[in-house]
Amino acid sequence: MTDTTARAPEKVRLKTSAMIASIAAEGQATKPAPFGHALVELAKSRPEIVGMTADLGKYTDLHVFKEAFPDRCYQMGMAEQLLFGAAAGLAHEGFMPFATTYAVFASRRAYDFIHQTIAEENLDVKIAAALPGLTSGYGPSHQAAEDLALFRAMPNMTVVDPCDALETEQVVPAMAEHRGPVYMRLLRGKVPLVLDEYGYRFELGKAKMIRDGADVLVISSGLLTMRALEVAKALEADKVAVGVLHVPTIKPLDTATILKEAGRTGRMVVVAENHTVIGGLGEAVAGVLLREGVAPKFRHIGLPDEFLAAGALPTLHDRYGISAEAMSGSIKGWL
Amino acid sequence: MTTTIGHNVDLPERAYRIRRHALRMGEVQGQGYIAQALDIADVLATAYFHAMEYRPEDPHWEGRDRFLLSNGHYAIALYAALIEAGIIPEDELETYGGDGSRLPMSGMAAYTPGMEMSGGSLGLGLSIGVGMALGLKRKGSKNRVYTLFSDGELDEGSVWEAIMSAAHHKLDNLIGIIDVNNQQADGPSTEMLGFEPLVPKLEAFGWFTQRIDGNDIEAVRAAFDAAKQHPDPQPRMIVCDTRMGCGVPFLEAREKSHFIRVEEHEWQLALDALDAGRTA
Ligand SMILES: Cc1ncc(C[n+]2csc(CCOP(=O)(O)OP(=O)(O)O)c2C)c(N)n1
Ligand SMILES: [Mg+2]
Repeated sequence: MTDTTARAPEKVRLKTSAMIASIAAEGQATKPAPFGHALVELAKSRPEIVGMTADLGKYTDLHVFKEAFPDRCYQMGMAEQLLFGAAAGLAHEGFMPFATTYAVFASRRAYDFIHQTIAEENLDVKIAAALPGLTSGYGPSHQAAEDLALFRAMPNMTVVDPCDALETEQVVPAMAEHRGPVYMRLLRGKVPLVLDEYGYRFELGKAKMIRDGADVLVISSGLLTMRALEVAKALEADKVAVGVLHVPTIKPLDTATILKEAGRTGRMVVVAENHTVIGGLGEAVAGVLLREGVAPKFRHIGLPDEFLAAGALPTLHDRYGISAEAMSGSIKGWL
Repeated sequence: MTTTIGHNVDLPERAYRIRRHALRMGEVQGQGYIAQALDIADVLATAYFHAMEYRPEDPHWEGRDRFLLSNGHYAIALYAALIEAGIIPEDELETYGGDGSRLPMSGMAAYTPGMEMSGGSLGLGLSIGVGMALGLKRKGSKNRVYTLFSDGELDEGSVWEAIMSAAHHKLDNLIGIIDVNNQQADGPSTEMLGFEPLVPKLEAFGWFTQRIDGNDIEAVRAAFDAAKQHPDPQPRMIVCDTRMGCGVPFLEAREKSHFIRVEEHEWQLALDALDAGRTA
């Protein structure tokens, strides 16, 4: 039990490979079902919006929409290919479906249906996909480690990875404003509230500096922006100044802001993503920098190219290097 | 020695013990798909203690019948059966769902002896079953492939592709078992995507089809026998209507849902209730 390094006593930690695990830390401010509530608000003024799900309404917060607009919500059964094919059909008829399932099933099970019936015709189907990246302890079947790579690679698809409840609420109307298909990584249930503290506003296609710092620039999206902000606070104690550039829109990428911030001399750039190191934000940013001849010291935090284990989320986030502690350790080691 | 343990030995007792192991695993984690485990225990008891050939000490024995758990979230139920069959040591149930355990909450082949496929993503098992059945025939094996799947999986198109394919290839060595507990994640299966009438549908798709009360263990045994003995060159389906929570009356009476909550103090009550029903 004793440890040579001085550490706070081990918190009581979740120890199960359950499917649904909260990503909120204990005592963290949260908001319930931000996606569901934002969709209800939006749908009041946009009668063309319909909700659709493949037997995961309760688990994607779409049940909130269903309660508000029962006759505008379609239960398609556990049939993800049908879900997206039918969403395409509704879009053809002038409706705007918000279709929900888990990220693994949108990306892996239904990929061709989305590619062919939705993206190829640039239809107004909005996809909200829960359990993105490594946010389930259930094993590879529910861990969407490669969803960003898959949807980035799909022409016409806009890809958004929100960080918290505030941003999720703001993404929903922006998805509807945008003409064409959008894939949003959905945080559901009690979703942490983080960005309110920074006066943040989401704009589709825009990366934003959340905080500045002269030593390290973390470029991140989604959950890992939340973690990066914790890391930045923690490393203040070590006199390491960490800036955080949040890139919620993975595609199209805000290359101008990325080049500007990564081009500032003397800062190590660390891309941090809740995604496999293959084909996500890290490689996207690396490609931009290389093409434009911007060459800072560059490091990458992401999930390894392997089938991830089943287990408790905190255990797995530590093991795969995306917990705040693990990220702090990596960054300090690279300095 | 070739086979098997305890065939024809007191199936209700086996089913009782499978339910008991499952409840004890649920107690370890304070959660789990326990209502599903209780509904499918009679089917698993019959599969492992009446119908199938296998060697507990050698789960990869080439001469075994294959058992595919397509609905991987029912892993707690299959672990209970594998424990009862002697493939997994009983004390290992204490590790259920924990970090580093061989018994993760969702069934995966690489983790658990006796688990023949990785589930979790639903609607895959029957396709694997078709391939295994083709492979066994190709090898001249007389073994069978049993594939258990849930009524929710009937929503997936892939399942119907496999249903057509199995009939097309005349896979008389493939036995499908559907757990019709009329429950899915968002509500009753029949309100999600109607699949009835199941028997004429499956018959029209070319399967020898029986529909039984999946919690009447005599009926289950008879259905497995008939599925094995059926003379025609076609795949066999056993449609099992089951009751979630079966064997623990207060859980059976609880409002139905995909994930039935059991309070911390209720696990012992559930074990007691199960024991009380054992002799009844
Ligand atoms: C392809 C796929 N889509 C969705 C899910 C999410 N999911 C897990 S269990 C479940 C319900 C499926 O119905 P069934 O297995 O009959 O549920 P149960 O009887 O256990 O309540 C769903 C939709 C999944 N695991 N796989
Ligand atoms: Mg069911």
